[in-house]
Amino acid sequence: MKVQPVSKDTDYFTCLGFPRRLTLDPKKLEAKFYELSRAFHPDFYQAKSPKEQTISLSNAAVLNTAYRTLRDPIQRAEYLLALESGSVKDIRTSPPADLFEEILELQDTLEQYRASDRESDEGQQLRKTLQTEKQTLDRRREEMESQLRQLFTGWDQLQDRGEATSQARAERDRILKQMRELLSHRTYINNIVNDLAATIAS
Amino acid sequence: MARIVGIDLGTTNSLIAYMKDGQPHVVPDRHGRAMVPSVVALTDNGLIVGDPAKEHLTRNPQRTVYSVKRFMGKGLADVEGELAYFPYTLTETGGVIRIRLGEKNYSPPQISAMILKELKLRAEAHLGESITKAVITVPAYFNDSQRQATKDAGLIAGLEVLRIINEPTAASLAYGLQKKTQGTIAVYDFGGGTFDISILKLKDGIFEVLATNGDTHLGGDDLDRVLVDLFVGEIRDRHGIDLSSYPDHMQAVRLEAERAKIRLSDEQKTEVSLDLPEDKGSFTRELTRDQLESLAMRVIERTLAPCRMALKDAGLTPQDIDEVVLVGGSTRMPLVRQRVEALFGKAPHCHLNPDEVVALGAAVQADILSGGTTDMLLLDVTPLSLGIETMGGVMSSLIRRNTTIPASAKEMFTTYVDGQTGVDIHILQGERELVKDNRSLARFRLKVPPLPAGVPRIEVTFLIDANGILNVTAKDMRTGESQSIEVRPSYGLSDTEVERMIEDSFKFAAEDISARKLIEARLDAEALIKTTEKSLAEAGHLIPTEEADGIRRALDQLSAANSGNDFRTIRATMAELEQAAKHLNVVMLDHSLKKGLQGKKVSDV
Repeated sequence: MKVQPVSKDTDYFTCLGFPRRLTLDPKKLEAKFYELSRAFHPDFYQAKSPKEQTISLSNAAVLNTAYRTLRDPIQRAEYLLALESGSVKDIRTSPPADLFEEILELQDTLEQYRASDRESDEGQQLRKTLQTEKQTLDRRREEMESQLRQLFTGWDQLQDRGEATSQARAERDRILKQMRELLSHRTYINNIVNDLAATIAS
Repeated sequence: MARIVGIDLGTTNSLIAYMKDGQPHVVPDRHGRAMVPSVVALTDNGLIVGDPAKEHLTRNPQRTVYSVKRFMGKGLADVEGELAYFPYTLTETGGVIRIRLGEKNYSPPQISAMILKELKLRAEAHLGESITKAVITVPAYFNDSQRQATKDAGLIAGLEVLRIINEPTAASLAYGLQKKTQGTIAVYDFGGGTFDISILKLKDGIFEVLATNGDTHLGGDDLDRVLVDLFVGEIRDRHGIDLSSYPDHMQAVRLEAERAKIRLSDEQKTEVSLDLPEDKGSFTRELTRDQLESLAMRVIERTLAPCRMALKDAGLTPQDIDEVVLVGGSTRMPLVRQRVEALFGKAPHCHLNPDEVVALGAAVQADILSGGTTDMLLLDVTPLSLGIETMGGVMSSLIRRNTTIPASAKEMFTTYVDGQTGVDIHILQGERELVKDNRSLARFRLKVPPLPAGVPRIEVTFLIDANGILNVTAKDMRTGESQSIEVRPSYGLSDTEVERMIEDSFKFAAEDISARKLIEARLDAEALIKTTEKSLAEAGHLIPTEEADGIRRALDQLSAANSGNDFRTIRATMAELEQAAKHLNVVMLDHSLKKGLQGKKVSDV
C-alpha cells in the first residue's frame, strides 16, 4: 500500500485518532504517536519513489505538530477553541480585571528593582516583595488552571452526552467563552511570572 | 539496496563503520587502527590524509590542516579570536572560509571531503565493494549552515549523504542496541572540538529526543590550549623565546600538550619535554593532574550550563535521568567524569569505546535506512529556533528549538505597496530577540504578481527535514501555483560552487589516485631494495662478478627512479631489478637450504 498525504482538512485530533476531548490520557497519546511515527517516518521510505518520500516527510511533520499541540493541555484547549470558534490568534492576552491595579504596581516594583543595587537594603527589600508577589501570582495561576480543568471536564461530558438541544448549545457556548477568557488571563499571568522569575534569578 | 555506511567525521579523528549480522563494526586499516586523524597535508607528492599527514603537523605546519570541522559553515569573523592558534592561512570568499594550501584555496567542505574519501577507500578495500551512500554524523548543536556544509563535503567526496544525524543520538542508538535500555538517558558528548548534551526517552525501540543543547566551539582542543598557553608563557619567561613566531614549534607544543593531557587521565603526574628553536636546548617541566585540573576547570564548567538548559527544556530534573552515557575522547578525563557525576547525581556509563560509539551508531542508522533494522526509530529535534526577520530588526520565531523533526511552519505573506513585485525574506536561527544577535541562515526574494497592496497571498512553508536542514517552498494561494525559490545561504557554498567542486574532485580523482600509487610504489621499491641488498651481501660471492655488477646497477637505477615522481618508472625499474636478481635469489635459496641441511644425512631429509 502506498502512503497517502494527510488531508488538509484533517485536524490534529483526527490525525491522532482521538475525539475532540480535553482530557486525554498522555500514555495513550504517546503510544498512538509512536505507532503513527513508525508508519510515517521518512526513515522507512528511503527506497520508495521521490513522491512517496515527500509525502512521508510532510505527513511526519504534521504528525509531530499534532502531537506537540495535543500533548500540552493548554495548547490542546487553545487548539480546540480555534477549531470550534475561530482562530486562536484572536485570543488576546489580557489581565484579569481584579488584578489590574496590582499588576501595575508590580511593574513599578520590577522597574525599581532593575534600577536598584541588588546588594543594598533597598534591593533586598524589593526582591522580597517580588518573591511574595510571584507566590501570589503562582497561586492565582494554579487557581485558573484548576478552573480550566473543570471546564475541560464539563466540555467532555457535554460531548459524551451528544445532545443537540438549544440548552446544550447554550452550555457549549458558555464553556467556550469562559475557556477563552481564562486562557487569555492565564497566558498574561504566565508571562509576568516568567519575567519575574528571570529577573529574580539574574 | 546498496550498502549504506556510517561515518563519524570528527574534529580530531574520523571513523567509518558498517553493519553486519545485526551488529555495527568499525573498519580498521592494515594495522588494525580504526581512527583516521582528521588531518590533510599538502606534500611535494600531493595531498595526503590521516596518519601520514599527521606527521607533517610539525614538519610542515603551514601546509597541514587539522580541526577543519571548526570552520564548517563559518565565516572568517566567526573564528577571529582563535586565528592565532592555526598555523595555516585562512581567508574568506562569499561568506565561506578558505584555507590556503600551496597555490590553491580550499573550502572546509573540500578538506573534509578528502577525509571522507580516505574513509571511503578504506571501507571499499575492507569490504571489497564500492561505497556510494552514507550517513554522516554532526554535533547536535550544529546549525543549518554547518549541517549543509557537511552534506556538501559528502557530495564532493562522491557520497550520497542519505542522512545527517546528531552525534549524541547516534551514540544512543549504538548504546540502546547493545543494552536494550528503557527509560530516560542523558548523553554527554565532549569531543575534540564540540560539546553536546542530549536527553532522550527510550521506549519500545523508539529513541525520542526530548531536548538538546551544546556548544559547537568547545572541546578537547580548548583543554590543549590552556596547556599551550601555560607552556608558551613559561618558555617566554624562562628562555626569552616567543614560540608563537615558530609555527613548527607551536604545533609540537600543541601535540605535547595533548599527549600530556591524555597521560594525566591515568597518571597523577607527567613529564613535559619540548625542544626549543635555534639550538636553545629544551624545556622540561613536571605537570600534575591537579595543575591540569585547575586550568581545565573553567573549560569543563562551560559544559554544565548547556546540561542544565537541556534538562529544563525537557521539563526534567537530574533525578529523572536513569542513565548518563559518556561519548567523546574528552570524557576520559577524571575531572569531566566527576563533574558529570556531581551534576546528575549518578555515576556515568562508559561501557562502549567513547571514540567509536558515534560511528557505530551511524552504522545502525544506516541499517535502519536500508531497511535492515526495522524495530528501532530515532525521533530527533532541531537544536535551535528558526525564524524570520520582521519589522524593527526583531526575529519572529516559526519553529521553536527542541521541536521534533521533521517540523514545518507555514507563513502567509502579502504586499504593503500597490504593484509591489517581490518580498524579501531573511531566515534566521537562534534564541535571541534581535536579528543581529542570531545567526543569519539565508535570504530569498518571493516573487509576487503586481496587484494592489494586500491582495497577493503567498504561503511559504519552512520545513526542517529529518537531517535538521531547512527546505523552503512557496505557493501563490490565489492561483494555487507553486514557485521555486532560490535561497542564498549566508555562510555556505552556492549550489553552482558545490557542483564545480564535485567536478574538480572527479578531475583530480585521477591525480589523487596517481599520488596514491606513487606512495605505494615507493614503499614497495624501498622494500625490494632492502631485500636485494641483503641477498647480495649474503650470497653475492656465489654468483659471477658481472652478474653482481648488473644487480648493483639495477639497484642504483631503482634508487634514482624512486626519488622521481612517476610510479610507472618505479614499477618498470623494479621489474628490471627483479629480473636481474632472479638468479641471485635462486642461488640464495639454494645456499640457505644447503646451510640448513649441513650435517644431516640423506635419510633424515
